[in-house]
Amino acid sequence: MNAPLVPVAALVEPADPAARQTVLAARDVGFAHAGVGTIFEKVSLSIRRREIVALLGSSGCGKSTLLRVLAGLEAPATGDVRFLDQPQTRPHPRSALVFQQPSLLPWLNLAGNVGFGLDFAHQPASDQESRRQRVTAAIEAVGLKGREGAFPAQLSGGMAQRAALARALAREPELLFADEPFSALDAITRAEMQTLLVDLVHRWHTAALLVTHDIDEAILVADRIVLMGGRPGHLVQEWTVDIPHPREDFPSEVTALRLSILGALRHA
Amino acid sequence: MVVNVLLPFVGLLAAALLWAAGAGWLTSVTPIAASFAPLPTLEALWLLLQGHDLWEHVAISLQRVGVGLVIALVLGIPLGVLTGLSPLFSRSTTPLFQFARMISPLSWMPLAVMVLGVGDAPVYFLLAFAAVWPILLNTAAGVAQLDKNWLLLARSLSATRRETIVHVILPGITAQILTGVRLAIGIIWIVLVPAEMLGVSAGLGYFILDSRDRLAYSDLMAAILVIGFLGYLLDHAARSLHWRWLHA
Repeated sequence: MNAPLVPVAALVEPADPAARQTVLAARDVGFAHAGVGTIFEKVSLSIRRREIVALLGSSGCGKSTLLRVLAGLEAPATGDVRFLDQPQTRPHPRSALVFQQPSLLPWLNLAGNVGFGLDFAHQPASDQESRRQRVTAAIEAVGLKGREGAFPAQLSGGMAQRAALARALAREPELLFADEPFSALDAITRAEMQTLLVDLVHRWHTAALLVTHDIDEAILVADRIVLMGGRPGHLVQEWTVDIPHPREDFPSEVTALRLSILGALRHA
Repeated sequence: MVVNVLLPFVGLLAAALLWAAGAGWLTSVTPIAASFAPLPTLEALWLLLQGHDLWEHVAISLQRVGVGLVIALVLGIPLGVLTGLSPLFSRSTTPLFQFARMISPLSWMPLAVMVLGVGDAPVYFLLAFAAVWPILLNTAAGVAQLDKNWLLLARSLSATRRETIVHVILPGITAQILTGVRLAIGIIWIVLVPAEMLGVSAGLGYFILDSRDRLAYSDLMAAILVIGFLGYLLDHAARSLHWRWLHA
C-alpha cells in the first residue's frame, strides 16, 4: 500500500512572515479601570507564528495592562481577542507568561518550578514522562542543566530569570508574553538574556510579545516594533525590523531605526 | 567560644541560686518550706522520673496539647485564608475576632464544663480557643503578603480555585502558619496547666494540685521544672520546624 505523500512544502512554514498563521489577533480592544477611566482604546494587533513583537512605550502608558488583556488575564471592555482563531475567554494553555521578577516559588526546586502547573486541570492532558521530558528540555535550553535540584534562593538574578523563561518554555507555548522580563537585570546579564530570547524563539518555533520601555532592547530583539502612547493609550506607529541577527553587527541600520523611533516618540 | 556556650547557663545558674536562697529564707519562717528547696526538688524529680505516674501525666498533657493544636489548625487556617482572600469576610469578622481573642480562654472554663461536661472535652475547647487566634491572624497576614505574581502565574495557568489554594497559597503561607503554630504552642502550654485543674483526673495541671493536696511540695516543684522543660522543648521543636521550612 502506498501511503499518501505529504508534500514537503506543506510542512515548512513560509519564509515570508506575513504568510504565516496568526497566533493572536486583537481587534479594537479597549480597557478601563473603575475610577481611573479608559487605560487604552482601539488597539488592533496581530502576532504571527515565530514572530517577536516588541510593545514599546513609556512607563504608565498602559502597555502592561494591554499585555494582561492580550494574555487573557483581564477581559477587554471593548473589542475581542482571538487565540489560534478561537475567542479567548481565559489564558490559553498554549500561551505562557514571563514577568519582570522571576517569581519562582521558593518552596520548589528548579525542576519543580519549571514543571509547575503542567498537570493542572485546564492544561492539555499529558503523562508524567512527557512532562518530565519537557522540563528537562526547557532547563537545558536556557543553560541551567545540572542545577535541577537548586532552590530559587540559591540562584542568581540572571539564573532565576532563565528559570522563569524555562518555566514558560516547558509549556511549549505558541506565544510567550513577556512583561519587561529583563529590566531588573544588570546590563551584561540583560544582553545575554536578550540573545537567549531571540535564540529560543527561533529554535522553539514560538512567537513572543515583549513589553519593554527600552528602545535598544526592542531594536535588538524584535521582528516588529509597535509604539504605544497617548492618553488613553493607543498604538502610534509600527516598524518592521529586517536587520539580520546579531544586530550589533549592523550599527548604521540600528542607529537609523533608533532615530526613527525617537522621532516618533517626540511627536507622539 | 567557651563563653558563648556557657552564657545561656548563667541565667539558669543565677535563678537556681536565688531559688536556694529564697527557699532557705522561707524555711526559717515556715519549716515545711524546706521541701521547696532545690535539692529535695531534684531528689523528688529523680524519683518521679523513675516511676510511672509522672510519665502518664506528661503523656496525657501532651496529647491534649496535640488535640487542641489540631483543632486550632483545622479551624484557624481556613478562616485565616478566607480572611486574607476576602475583604468582605475580613471586614465583617475582624472586630469579632479581635474581641474574642482578648478574652482569656480560662474565663470560659465554667461555661465549658457546663456545656461540654467533665472530662477532656472542655480542656480541648479551652486549648483550641486559646490557640486559634495566632494561627488565624498569622495565616491571614501570610495570605495578604503573598507575592501577587504567584497568583498571576496561577491564573495564567488557568488554575482552579482548589489548585491555587493547594499549590500556591498554602505552601506560600506555610512559614507564617508555622509562626502562628509556635505562638499557639506557647499559649496552649500556658493555658494547659490551669485548664487541667478543673474536672480532670490526670495531666500536669492535675498533678500540681494533687501534689499540693498530698503536701508533697517537692513533687510540686519537680512538676514545675518538668512543665518548664517540656515547654522549652516544644518551643524549640516549633522553632526548628520553622527554620527547616525556610531553609529547605
